[in-house]
Amino acid sequence: MAKGAPTEGSPLQTGSRNDFSRREPAWARRLLIGFSLVFLGLFLVLPLLLVFAGALRDGILPYWAAVTDSETKHAIQLTLGVAAASVTLNTIFGLAAAWLLTKFDFRGKQLLNTLIDLPLTVSPVIAGLIFVLLFGLQGWFGAWLRDHGISILFAWPAIVLSTAFVTFPFVARELVPLMDELGRDEEQAAMVLGASGWQIFWHVTLPNIQWGLLYGVIICNARAMGEFGAVSVVSGHIRGLTNTLPLQVELLYNDYQFSAAFAVASLLTLLAFVTLVLKHWSHHRQATVLREASQNPESS
Amino acid sequence: MAPSRGRNVLPGFGITLGLTLTYLGLMVLIPFSALILRTLSLGPGGFWLAVSGPRVMAAYRLSFGASLFAAGFDAAAGLVVAWVLVRYEFPGRALVDALVDLPFALPTAVAGITLTTLFAADGWLGALVAPLGVHIAFTPLGIVLTLMFIGLPFTIRTVQPVIEGMEADMEEAAACLGAGRWQTLRWVVFPALLPAVLTGFAMAFARSLGEYGSIVFISGNIPMKTEIVPLLIMTKLQQYDYAGATAIAAVMLFVSFAVLLGVNTLQAWATRSRGQA
Amino acid sequence: MSIEVRGLNKAFGAFKAVDEVSFKVETGELLALLGPSGSGKSTLLRIIAGLETPDSGEVILTGTESSTVSARDRNVGFVFQHYALFKHMTVRENIAFGLKVRKVPAAETKERVEELLGLVQMAGYGNRFPSQLSGGQRQRVAVARALAPRPQVLLLDEPFGALDAKVKAELRDWIRHLHDDAKITTVFVTHDQEEAMEVAKKIIILDKGRVEQEGDPRAVFDRPATQFVADFVGETNCIETVAVDDGLAVWGSLRFSVGKVPKGVGLRIYFRPHDVYVTRHKESLQVSAVIEREFFKGAFTELDLDLGEGKHVTAHLPRGLSEASGFAPGEKVYVGIIGFHIFETGKI
Repeated sequence: MAKGAPTEGSPLQTGSRNDFSRREPAWARRLLIGFSLVFLGLFLVLPLLLVFAGALRDGILPYWAAVTDSETKHAIQLTLGVAAASVTLNTIFGLAAAWLLTKFDFRGKQLLNTLIDLPLTVSPVIAGLIFVLLFGLQGWFGAWLRDHGISILFAWPAIVLSTAFVTFPFVARELVPLMDELGRDEEQAAMVLGASGWQIFWHVTLPNIQWGLLYGVIICNARAMGEFGAVSVVSGHIRGLTNTLPLQVELLYNDYQFSAAFAVASLLTLLAFVTLVLKHWSHHRQATVLREASQNPESS
Repeated sequence: MAPSRGRNVLPGFGITLGLTLTYLGLMVLIPFSALILRTLSLGPGGFWLAVSGPRVMAAYRLSFGASLFAAGFDAAAGLVVAWVLVRYEFPGRALVDALVDLPFALPTAVAGITLTTLFAADGWLGALVAPLGVHIAFTPLGIVLTLMFIGLPFTIRTVQPVIEGMEADMEEAAACLGAGRWQTLRWVVFPALLPAVLTGFAMAFARSLGEYGSIVFISGNIPMKTEIVPLLIMTKLQQYDYAGATAIAAVMLFVSFAVLLGVNTLQAWATRSRGQA
Repeated sequence: MSIEVRGLNKAFGAFKAVDEVSFKVETGELLALLGPSGSGKSTLLRIIAGLETPDSGEVILTGTESSTVSARDRNVGFVFQHYALFKHMTVRENIAFGLKVRKVPAAETKERVEELLGLVQMAGYGNRFPSQLSGGQRQRVAVARALAPRPQVLLLDEPFGALDAKVKAELRDWIRHLHDDAKITTVFVTHDQEEAMEVAKKIIILDKGRVEQEGDPRAVFDRPATQFVADFVGETNCIETVAVDDGLAVWGSLRFSVGKVPKGVGLRIYFRPHDVYVTRHKESLQVSAVIEREFFKGAFTELDLDLGEGKHVTAHLPRGLSEASGFAPGEKVYVGIIGFHIFETGKI
């Protein structure tokens, strides 16, 4: 079945779908597929439908009004701005951290890795709390900030900071295993050929990781735009000023303006769709790069 | 097998180390030191008072219990779904595969209001079970269901690559030796997948513990009944009880750390037992 | 374009990869670093290239002390074991890379790339991507890429390790011709002694980070300087015995005249299978033996011979000779040793 020696990392998947020694009986398969489809249908598809049903419940004009309302518009602007800032910061950090962790060997690498993963296990509320402890009136810098008229808490800087905190692992976590898998050989080859650090990164590393980077950026962005808990703590919920889209959804919902709430939610849901599509696509492209990298044909 | 390891001859060590440490310092170390110091300033008495009241205890029980249950269910269901996605062909498979990430991509607030509306007594699903006397919204059951929604992508996406990477020969060898399909699954396939399933469980558990945005809508936030720990922290903050909030947060953090350590260890074990150095 | 290394040492933790290694490669030489895995040969090559830093010692490239010079500035050509081609660049772009980073003008780059494509016989493949090439083709592109910026030396790290037998043979030939044409100082690392002897004009044999012997292929094969070399290069018979009298060693019924070795000193005697002389009728100094097994090995026949008293010897006979003599298992023959090397193992 397999031609020549199997190369490392390539599972012998040829013929797996037709290989009878690896298949469950037909009735079992149908049962499992059925279960999965029903389960996912209930859990995933229904809520999706409900968002749009709720948004359009009162008709298309109220939907449009809710979406173009000035408060909503401001929330959109704030969300976009915060996401852009967080994603940019975290991408730069992610690239630097990934380069550091995959191209060099040094003590403390494991600790660094763990620190980078930290926000993933911390509740968003705690993420907001720590910035309150720093910048709130009773916080470390609270008095100094008030004296200088700088407001961080209950203004956009705190929103950016807490969003950046919650989302900073994503780019790094995506790049590190990818770059580990790709190895250091190409970079070393470029170095011996005379390239500088930036040249190596730009011409050799970046093209190999571009899809993984895109994937990381997309996840980071999705999380940044949708962040609720941390922002809820630090933003002050000031209508038209410090409400991001998710906060606006909460506001409308608590005000019993259900269809308006779902209308704004539908915007975020559409964003989720785009995220899913881009995620799927970039994952696929990167998998192709990895697959080609691990193939070594042995004949002339 | 290891790729050539030049000891740090590649350029860029200084600048990347500097950037990484600075960012980590600003984002993680300084804020967390504030937390730790504030907690310490409570003193042992104050600390114990803040974290041991009945309301707090009820919140811990609820958070842990609901998260455990939801993560457990997600681990099992996730294994099935991942298996189906990798091994079976059916129309729309790619679409379903992409959809699995929805709870991850969807903002938690949207998930919150949607699931609440879905499970409310007059909602699409809530109305179905209301005649049976079952209430979902504003009960712990609703919390568990919502956490199941949130945690699902974690368990599926952790197990999926492992199933994809499984080599055919193991199962073929078992078949040649006369094992029935169920026996092969039980003794050959499942043990190989167990580390990944456990990792997925731990990740879903960690995520559920800290989940706020979706729960705050469906739970109704009734103290002693449906109040989860993150909400309790939020409430204390709104009451300017910084000390109380910090203390409870510190306990949560400690647990998170323990979970993180556990996950990393599990992952290392999973990688080793797969034979990848 | 010469290379000299002096007193190089490199340890990875407790493992000493390079242990006081010194040698010189003259301009235009073609040298093989030969040794088993773990002998430190790749590490040595990488130190010369600047991809590893030695713990102590010097690397002198064309008269310039270069140990602290970064790999980027040493102007060496390095060919990696797994090619390390830039997978998202075409063959042309790969070869041009070294020129691009030196800001060589486009016209000149184009010309040089074409020249190299011709040199490595890959003209017409310029627009392909590495994933579309076979292993042998990728290797040739890797060599072209390394040569493009006119390096002072060319270093190859187990260049043919990942290829199958026929491709290996072709590329060995090709590298030899390339070296003759390009006249560039070349060092390559290999664990395959046949490859080393076939391709290189000079061989340095390494074991456990140390130089065991330095010399041309014939010297290394015929006059091994250490037991390791005698064992490692070519097939060999090895017997352990003691000098029973001054200048005389005995093994079973075989007697060896061992020069000035005094009585009582332990010896190891190495002799090649083709130095075992097998005949039907006894000639002087031969002893009797029985053929245990006979193996057909293409150009020659291998015989396992039992000399009695539990002593065994392997002989290689040219095929014509063994067929003409009609040797078969179970037959009684006569055996003599034509040439051998001795190493003393200490007084017993």
